[in-house]
Amino acid sequence: MSDLPSNASVVVIGAGIVGNSVVGHLAELGWRDIVQIDKGPLPNPGGSTGHASNFIFPVDHNKEMAMLTLDSQRQYEEMGVNVTCGGIEVARTEERMEELRRRMSSAKNWDMEAHLVTPGEIQELVPFINEEVLIGGCYFPTVSAVDSLRAGTIFRERATALDALQTMANTEILDIETDRGRVKAVITDKGRIEAEYVVIACGVWSPRIARMAGASIPLTPAVHQMIDVGPIPILQESGKELAFPIIRDMDTFMYERQTSGSMEVGSYAHRPIFHSPDEIPSLAEARLSPTELPFTEDDFDPQLEVALELMPEILSQAEIKYAINGLLSLTPDAMPLIGETVEVRNLWSAAAIWIKEGPGTGRAVAEWMTNGYPELDPHASDVARFYPYARTDHHIRARCAEHFNKTYGIVHPREQWASERNKRLSPVHSRTTELGAVYFEAGGWERPHWYESNSPLVDHYGIEDRAHEWDRRWWSPIQNAEHLAMREKVGLVDLAPFVIFDFTGPGVLDYIQTMTVNNADVAVGRSVYTPLLTGSGGFKADLTILRLGEEHFRVITGAFDGPRDQHWFRTHLPEDGSVHLADMTSAYTTIGVWGPEARNLVQSMTDHDLSNDAFPYGSTQAIDFGSINARLFRISYVGELGWEVYVPAEAGGPMWDRLWEVGHDFGVTAVGAGVYGTTGRLEKGYRLMGAELESEYNPVEAGLARPKVKKHEFIGKEAYLAAREEEPAAILCTLTMEDHLSPRDGIKRYPTGREPITTPDGGRITDRKGRPSYVTTAGAGPSLGKFLLLAYLPPEHAVVGNLLSVMYMNELYPVKVAVAGSTPVFDPDDKRMKG
Amino acid sequence: MRILVCVKRVPAPGARIALTDDRQAVDARHLPFTVSPHEECAVEEAVRIKEGHGGTVVVMTLGPAEAEEQLRYAISTGADEAVLLATDGSEWDPQATAAALAGGIESLELAGGPFDLVLFGNESADAGGYQVGIRVAHALGRPVISGIKGIELEGATLIARRETDAGFEVYHLPLPAVVAVKEGINLPRYPTLPSRLKAKKAEVASSRPTGQPGGLAMLRLDTPLEVASSTTILGQGPEAAPAVADLLEDLGLL
Amino acid sequence: MSGVFVFVEHDSGSPSETSLQAVALAGALGEVTAVTIGDCPIGGVARHVVIEHPLLSDHAPEAMGEALAQLCRTRSPDAMLASGTERGNEILAHVAAILDLPLAAMVTEIRPSGQNWELTRVRWGGSLLEEASLTASLKLATIAPHAVDAAVGSGEVDAEVFEPDLSDELSRTRVVERVTVSEGITLTTAPVVVSGGRGVGSPEGFAVLEDLAGLLGGAVGCSRVVTNNGWRPHSDQVGQTGTRVAPHLYIACGISGAIQHWVGMMASKNVLAINNDPEAPMVTKADYAVIGDLHPVLEAVVAEVRRRKEV
Repeated sequence: MSDLPSNASVVVIGAGIVGNSVVGHLAELGWRDIVQIDKGPLPNPGGSTGHASNFIFPVDHNKEMAMLTLDSQRQYEEMGVNVTCGGIEVARTEERMEELRRRMSSAKNWDMEAHLVTPGEIQELVPFINEEVLIGGCYFPTVSAVDSLRAGTIFRERATALDALQTMANTEILDIETDRGRVKAVITDKGRIEAEYVVIACGVWSPRIARMAGASIPLTPAVHQMIDVGPIPILQESGKELAFPIIRDMDTFMYERQTSGSMEVGSYAHRPIFHSPDEIPSLAEARLSPTELPFTEDDFDPQLEVALELMPEILSQAEIKYAINGLLSLTPDAMPLIGETVEVRNLWSAAAIWIKEGPGTGRAVAEWMTNGYPELDPHASDVARFYPYARTDHHIRARCAEHFNKTYGIVHPREQWASERNKRLSPVHSRTTELGAVYFEAGGWERPHWYESNSPLVDHYGIEDRAHEWDRRWWSPIQNAEHLAMREKVGLVDLAPFVIFDFTGPGVLDYIQTMTVNNADVAVGRSVYTPLLTGSGGFKADLTILRLGEEHFRVITGAFDGPRDQHWFRTHLPEDGSVHLADMTSAYTTIGVWGPEARNLVQSMTDHDLSNDAFPYGSTQAIDFGSINARLFRISYVGELGWEVYVPAEAGGPMWDRLWEVGHDFGVTAVGAGVYGTTGRLEKGYRLMGAELESEYNPVEAGLARPKVKKHEFIGKEAYLAAREEEPAAILCTLTMEDHLSPRDGIKRYPTGREPITTPDGGRITDRKGRPSYVTTAGAGPSLGKFLLLAYLPPEHAVVGNLLSVMYMNELYPVKVAVAGSTPVFDPDDKRMKG
Repeated sequence: MRILVCVKRVPAPGARIALTDDRQAVDARHLPFTVSPHEECAVEEAVRIKEGHGGTVVVMTLGPAEAEEQLRYAISTGADEAVLLATDGSEWDPQATAAALAGGIESLELAGGPFDLVLFGNESADAGGYQVGIRVAHALGRPVISGIKGIELEGATLIARRETDAGFEVYHLPLPAVVAVKEGINLPRYPTLPSRLKAKKAEVASSRPTGQPGGLAMLRLDTPLEVASSTTILGQGPEAAPAVADLLEDLGLL
Repeated sequence: MSGVFVFVEHDSGSPSETSLQAVALAGALGEVTAVTIGDCPIGGVARHVVIEHPLLSDHAPEAMGEALAQLCRTRSPDAMLASGTERGNEILAHVAAILDLPLAAMVTEIRPSGQNWELTRVRWGGSLLEEASLTASLKLATIAPHAVDAAVGSGEVDAEVFEPDLSDELSRTRVVERVTVSEGITLTTAPVVVSGGRGVGSPEGFAVLEDLAGLLGGAVGCSRVVTNNGWRPHSDQVGQTGTRVAPHLYIACGISGAIQHWVGMMASKNVLAINNDPEAPMVTKADYAVIGDLHPVLEAVVAEVRRRKEV
């Protein structure tokens, strides 16, 4: 046993699969003086890795998760600890079969082998299954099981072989010291280590360790029940650890996985059972391990019957030899927590990561720490994605309770949360509620998605409803009607969730210029729309910046991106204090006024000259409406004449009332985010961060490159210049859906997004960087009478008029390239907006 | 054969037992519960006798409402009926426990006929009083033998084996009798899925005995002072072999 | 007559070590009367009562309990102690049941307090202590083995004989047959016990433990996990519910040291732990340890021992 060193470049806390992956990848990327600490012994310190089921179903609708999983599986394979056995998701209901068809699309997207199989075919693969309770399944031949403890050891051994790592087992973290917001040292029961970086990779204990430094890692330890049943002769006779495919009995939220001569049966069907990180028993006091808690039989009993029903032959005789309530980590949105914590510089989180995505996530964290950003876009896993309200235990538990049973659930892409609603209300919330707003959540805010009071417009415009329940779910034809009403006259949009940052100080121009691609050194009162790039030239954010003074810039970004963008800005602030950042989100509220009648409406409320000459597109002016101090910004995300109207939050209600009252004469309609975020935006081809814009794509590919590049240095400039020199590997295109009729049942279908774009006969399309073409956003274009899809296509396919297919629910529908690049399909010259 | 088995719900600790702050009990917040190992074997033995000779197995416990979990477990491993003598969760001393159990047995016998055999574990894992089975036997006026690691039945005679240093000793008890068994008499089975389902649905009869405290009263629990031991590490891995051999020589074992 | 009676177990004429420990502890409480079934010379006590009855020719717990109960009724001692052995616990439980008196088993310390006793007894096989009060006109207790040193008294006293009145019916629980199983070295007599736990991994994994035990003239033991897995017979199990051992050297291989196991071997004179976890309770409590995978370590030790034996 070696002594604790007094210094380290990085201390990685935790020696489960995650901590081990992180140290392995850090060492490979050239880090030295890595110290890894775990309270428990090696190779199994007693965390969740030690009792995990260790199997990997790579298919996931979520791209980031699918990619992390695929990378992890490849790493396990390379280490020789990946046993491919195949896996089948079985369906007992038609609704599940439909979900499995949807999974075929995701499998196609991420290039994973998948086959829909009949009950008979399932029975051939798994002879002891009772096919009578099944109506079908999806067979994934690449499903595997891994030895995560062995993989962890290999990672450590590799790091040690590079002379990069010292691992201290049986060492408890007592405190983490910080100095002016930066991590400084780790105090253990064996001494103090000064470290430049600290990575918290302690699974269910992570929140507790983070709290020592004053940081938050929003997860809760939760129970996943499993039992081990055996011996089972047919499994014993196989003589293998895994001779049969792993079964996910999706409709009952259970899985059955062979472990040599016995069967492990796991469940996600029971009530959510949460623990506190502070109350997990110690190694010595736990019966089995700290994360293998006493099995609560009552919670599992209902599952016994369904398990028996599925595998009566083998499960009726076998004995229940081991049963635990295993602890695992859950987060409010079921995604991992990686990246630098927002509270403490150089204190990193690598938590809420399961076995299947462990090594891939370890790589992403190591790359992020080394290069400033990982190769794979981590935005959905970024620990900085949560607003403060979402970091509370209350929120974490409520959301985890809601999604726990959705682990194997069928989750609609537009599905809304039921819990933790009405926590952030717009100043005009009572007005929109009166208008029958149906709210979707945006960054915790209740944002009107459409208004039931507009339902008469559906008939007025003759909007067709959707025939299939899935396509209709979390959607309304009212959205399309509101769209047309806005394009005809004028719409009011509640934009309270906008995130607003004010930057001031003597260094602000230099700072903003360093952050942005486009030139922000514009005249006071002018604005710039610009991407922010990662060091390697991919999208980190896209946002609008107003110059309000020589040394005053206002950044406006979306509700879904606010916390991440704020962290990015904050971590790049100059250390000399010459730039000050203030989050003004709660100080101001925003109301959008757009449509052909917008100028007439607003002009009727003020003497201030709003003519195009006096108030051109892209400019901003302070205007008083009576005693309401407002700032108008002439811009539009829906391609119409009009303004974003910023007023102090407390004046939001009165401002809305005036606009609404006066607007009556101009035919004003309240318009929801269904128009603002989808139909209006799509017709104009506007890109959305997290959908079209990801760090894996650059501005050239997204059609956002300007003719000239500014002189000032900015993050990602070198890569951006390089990207401009080469032919783009993909071009973001707008496609139209040419036929909605399902070949199977003749019902009109409407994709929801993330479906593969294929050759006409269903061939997978990838660009020269290996990236697949898939739908980034799908939605109606009511003014065009077309259904629109955005997708990146390789240049050979990105040709206007080119016919391709979209694969929706395992069926092909014809689509045509309408625009290659960023030209809008509606009002391509922006006459309506800029006139 | 009509057989009764008495069991006790106890926590199953890990490597260190934590106490509640008031030191009145083991801190079992994170511990699973089980029955004492000897009693697991008693249930198994009863079920095996039933399987060999026919009959029914009734399992009974004196304990908190949660002890139903242990009764159901016993049913899932082959017992037929379960009886809970419900307490408020506080610990009963051996005299009060035995009196309650004897009372429970008498009522069961009144209702369902006499038991040919009443089985106990030799001693409970937690309190370790070594006396409840014997007290119950005296209360019922039946022969009792404890420390038993083998049972056979020959007509109305129970042949019991008890281990000694030299081998074993044999007892012949006329039925009805009481026997306290020890772990090792058999290897208990685990429940199967169907048996667990059956146990879940089984009815557990419950009554609330009144108890007179006996003369032994627990005041508080304590953790023994750990002798501060210093471990001499002889080495890591196979290279330590010569050091181990030296130790064996020093201890005069080579 | 009052004072403290101690039921002394004896084997072929010499009192058992643990009974003499009970005698020692009783000496602090009052005048000690040793009680034996059949004669056996005893020193260091004030009186000696020998119980004689034909029924008591072999172990007969019910009859013995009845005999002691009758003695208590006749002589009214303040207390009766026995050693906390299988037989001591059993016989005093009978006495307690017959007289309807409380019994404190496995006591390590007695502190008279007025008419009552405050005492310390062991729970969980020795891993917890209980402070208790004992209230009774006649106090019954068994003394946990090795709680105190044995009495080394000299000067024999004359034995007086007590003949109880025992019903023939009580022969129903008397030993009818003794079977001697010659196993050679047993767990309880072996100078070295080589014991394996979960870390051994399989029944076959015990081969190297057998090798080492064979070389050292020792016996192989195991933990409860091992017997529950069916890797070894229960007779090999060391622990609270298995066999308690006290060898000169206990070699714990791949045993984490859960309470259940520890209490079965904590009386060992020396403990050597072989474990890949340096913080396993067994390692931290052991006198000696080797850190590493038990199989390569044991194989190397076996080879080294063979080499030294050959020299």
